[in-house]
Amino acid sequence: MRTPLLAVEDLNVWFELPGGGELHAVRGTGFELEAGERFGLVGESGCGKTTAMLSIMGLLPPNASVSGEVRLEGENILARGEESVSRHRWNDIAMVFQGSMNAFNPVQTVGSQIEEPMHLHGVAEGKVARRQTEALLERVGIPKDRADRFPHEFSGGMRQRAAIAMALACEPKILLADEPTTALDVMVQAQILELLVSLAADFNLALILVTHDLPVVAQVCDRAAVMYAGEVAESASIDALFHTPKHPYTRLLFAATPDLHAGGERVASIPGAPPRLDQPIVGCPFQPRCDSAFAPCATETPILKSVGERHVAACHLNDHVREVATA
Amino acid sequence: MSASIQGGAAAATEGVDVSASRRPGSIRHVALREPTAIAGLAIIAFFVLIALLEPILVTGDPKEKVGPIFEPPSASYPLGLDGGGANMVDLLIAGTRVSLLVGFCAALVSAFIGGTVGVLAGFYGGKTDVVLMRTTDYFLVIPDIPLMIVAAALFGRSLTNIIIIIGVIYWTTTARLIRAQVLSVRERVYVKRARALGAGNRRLIFKHILPQVAPLLVANTVLLVAYAIFAETFISFLGLGDPSVISWGRLIENAFNDDAILNNAWWAIIPPGLCVTLVVLGATLFGQSLEDALNPRLRVGHLSVRRFKVRPLRGKLDAE
Amino acid sequence: MSTNGSKPLLEVEGLVASYPVGRGLVGAAKREPKLEVHAVDGVSFSLSRGEMLALVGESGCGKTSTAQSVLRLIETSGGSIRFDGEEITGLSSKALRPLRRRMQIVYQDPYESLDPRFRVGATIEEPLEVHKIGSKKERREEVKRALELAGLTPAELYVDRYPHELSGGQRQRVAIAASLVLGPELLVADEPVSMLDVSVRAGILSILDELRDKGLAVLMITHDLSTAAHYADRIAVMYLGRIVEEGPTREVIENPQHPYTQALLSVVPKRDPRERGTPQILRGETPNSIHIPPGCRFNPRCPIAIAECKTVDPELRRPAASTDPQHLAACIRV
Repeated sequence: MRTPLLAVEDLNVWFELPGGGELHAVRGTGFELEAGERFGLVGESGCGKTTAMLSIMGLLPPNASVSGEVRLEGENILARGEESVSRHRWNDIAMVFQGSMNAFNPVQTVGSQIEEPMHLHGVAEGKVARRQTEALLERVGIPKDRADRFPHEFSGGMRQRAAIAMALACEPKILLADEPTTALDVMVQAQILELLVSLAADFNLALILVTHDLPVVAQVCDRAAVMYAGEVAESASIDALFHTPKHPYTRLLFAATPDLHAGGERVASIPGAPPRLDQPIVGCPFQPRCDSAFAPCATETPILKSVGERHVAACHLNDHVREVATA
Repeated sequence: MSASIQGGAAAATEGVDVSASRRPGSIRHVALREPTAIAGLAIIAFFVLIALLEPILVTGDPKEKVGPIFEPPSASYPLGLDGGGANMVDLLIAGTRVSLLVGFCAALVSAFIGGTVGVLAGFYGGKTDVVLMRTTDYFLVIPDIPLMIVAAALFGRSLTNIIIIIGVIYWTTTARLIRAQVLSVRERVYVKRARALGAGNRRLIFKHILPQVAPLLVANTVLLVAYAIFAETFISFLGLGDPSVISWGRLIENAFNDDAILNNAWWAIIPPGLCVTLVVLGATLFGQSLEDALNPRLRVGHLSVRRFKVRPLRGKLDAE
Repeated sequence: MSTNGSKPLLEVEGLVASYPVGRGLVGAAKREPKLEVHAVDGVSFSLSRGEMLALVGESGCGKTSTAQSVLRLIETSGGSIRFDGEEITGLSSKALRPLRRRMQIVYQDPYESLDPRFRVGATIEEPLEVHKIGSKKERREEVKRALELAGLTPAELYVDRYPHELSGGQRQRVAIAASLVLGPELLVADEPVSMLDVSVRAGILSILDELRDKGLAVLMITHDLSTAAHYADRIAVMYLGRIVEEGPTREVIENPQHPYTQALLSVVPKRDPRERGTPQILRGETPNSIHIPPGCRFNPRCPIAIAECKTVDPELRRPAASTDPQHLAACIRV
């Protein structure tokens, strides 16, 4: 079996709460990523997608504990915490954050901030670094003479492009993008997404797109995992998620998203709210809000199991499905 | 157009999380858990208690001569006697009253003036703001000590005057602080919403802006108490205090005038100085922790040396 | 321009609103011309009772400024606004006060819309207090009714809660209840669900939907075309302070005529991965509204612009290919 580029297995993250107790934010999440693949991590606020993504880079605060494996080309980079993961930061896995205004130091030029990781990781120095920076800026659609400008002189869309250039500075294998277009207008969003897709193709980058915006994932990604209450509810090709969902949450989430041409179709809302993560959850976390819940749902936790070709879901409705042997 | 799903059931099944995050603004409860806040409050409470119990603790006239001048501490007079032969302990207790009174009153005067100026300047903006802030700037620029001296000389040395003088000197920082806060609260959506539904300025100020600004004003007032007590001590020490009352500053002044140092009578100088220091410290600790609770500093967890922890693998769950 | 033959509740014509922009000391010294942001640059539309009009566009197009101008929350420098036949542009704030009861606004941010020190009941009661309506008892009844209209039932469960005890969706319902308690005829909803999770949006929008069915006129501001497509009766697309296309929703969405609308609709991501289509991505970004291009304001980015577009500022008129008489577009080429 071919080793995936990135394999996250049984990832758990706990946060210590100020008054004592713990918040179990990520509860046994896992997924796989192949080289050059575009993968979406989808969910609403509080589902743990951002925390899971930060764990891959080891960017967790001091009050966090993590367990599980994050295997980059077979090697578990989380094995010794900060020590083992920092070597891979930016070199192998880089990140683009939401609201790129926060990603830049306001008193340094954009060019120098793109060069900085090159120096830090010994990728390039001096003039070489400068030339590579200019090439990167041009590649993301920023004229290279802007390298000596400051972040506040860039518009929102341009800054996001610059943030992407900064992420590519050390030629990583994987690019994590956390809500990269949420704060942007729809036309600029289209430009940025088109850029990400073309960069992924040109540089053979694997892309993990973390977002709550389902249609964005539907248009940009090949495969996606839908997260709920810190767990993966369903993971499959994006086509399967929309056309043959095997988890009620996936189905309802799509149904709750209005579409331009869907005409008179009802837009669903899902009653209730996600469960609290500072208390143990009994049974399926989605059960209180599920429209298809039945006997086992309140007491037995559903296991993530295969329901088709590279398609897994954690739902008792699939209990009758026999295991499909995956390639 | 499109059909709708009923919202009633939706919202109701969500329920209400009463234990949810503490209401922003009820910092009093949070602050009272901080060790510094408790320590500060304890110190102030101690002295307030002494001031309140003064009629019981001190019998007769504290200035009465009960022994030789500058007698050292003994069993019957734990802090010795001052330059007039009076009991230092009695004098200190009597002085507590005045010092605290002046401190609190002056702080209140300051807070009132500063708060009003700040609210008016911040809320109305425009010309009002310019005029009020210019005035504030002028007051800021005037050196406080010469002003105190001049004012005391001009208006006489009564307790009321002292309170007013101190109040008038220290309102400027409060005004700026409150103005900044009002400027930010004024732009909040709920204030705009209230205005959009027709609420008048009065309502906006008293019902929406002041309650948001009040905690900061309280925290600032506590700090002002520290300043005011020190200012009173200083004024009295310069000989500009009210001659008819005993205050800690006055005690220090007397000690100097009576050559306590030459007589090695540390008990005449240090105890009043220590009292001032303690009260100022207490007020500062308490006020500072209140302010800190109100302006949560940006968490700099990512700069911490501590790292996230790794727990051992739990053993693979049945994934397939 | 109304969908039912009756006189429109709101008629806006040639509305203009702008903000001055600082030149800085150097600029003033150099006597540079005073700059203005032309947020609203000649907007006309009407809205009838029982109708929902969506003002859509990207940031800087002027949709929020238009909505706030209509409610007289910001000052306008030109044009007319007629509410129920009465001209309201020149009215003093005192004269506007009774009108405020009839037009209300719901804001985007549910976490900032409610005073954190007011209980839910107090927030909803406040409009009644301000306008001195009813006795204490009557107000309590009205508050209950408003909570129920907003879907927060049983009302008793919510009346004494503080905002921080409620979720984002619940807070937005409280804001809606507070806007309904005076019984307005016009409701402006400024991005009412953009800060809420997808699964709760439909619940909130359905409230507006039902109110519209009961006769409320709703002006919805949104950047989300899919939401507008689903709930609004009519859509007006704005660009740099002007309406460039408007008409019944289905017509504008299925048969867009203005090149900007066409491009915009083509880049909206669809839910169905099989419908990837060919997005028509415009180059560059929307220019700021300080320097509005001469002629058609869209011409620098327009894929079908011709020489004439640089000199002619098009008016809204019915395009040749429209299938509905109420469908208008401001483009000389359609």
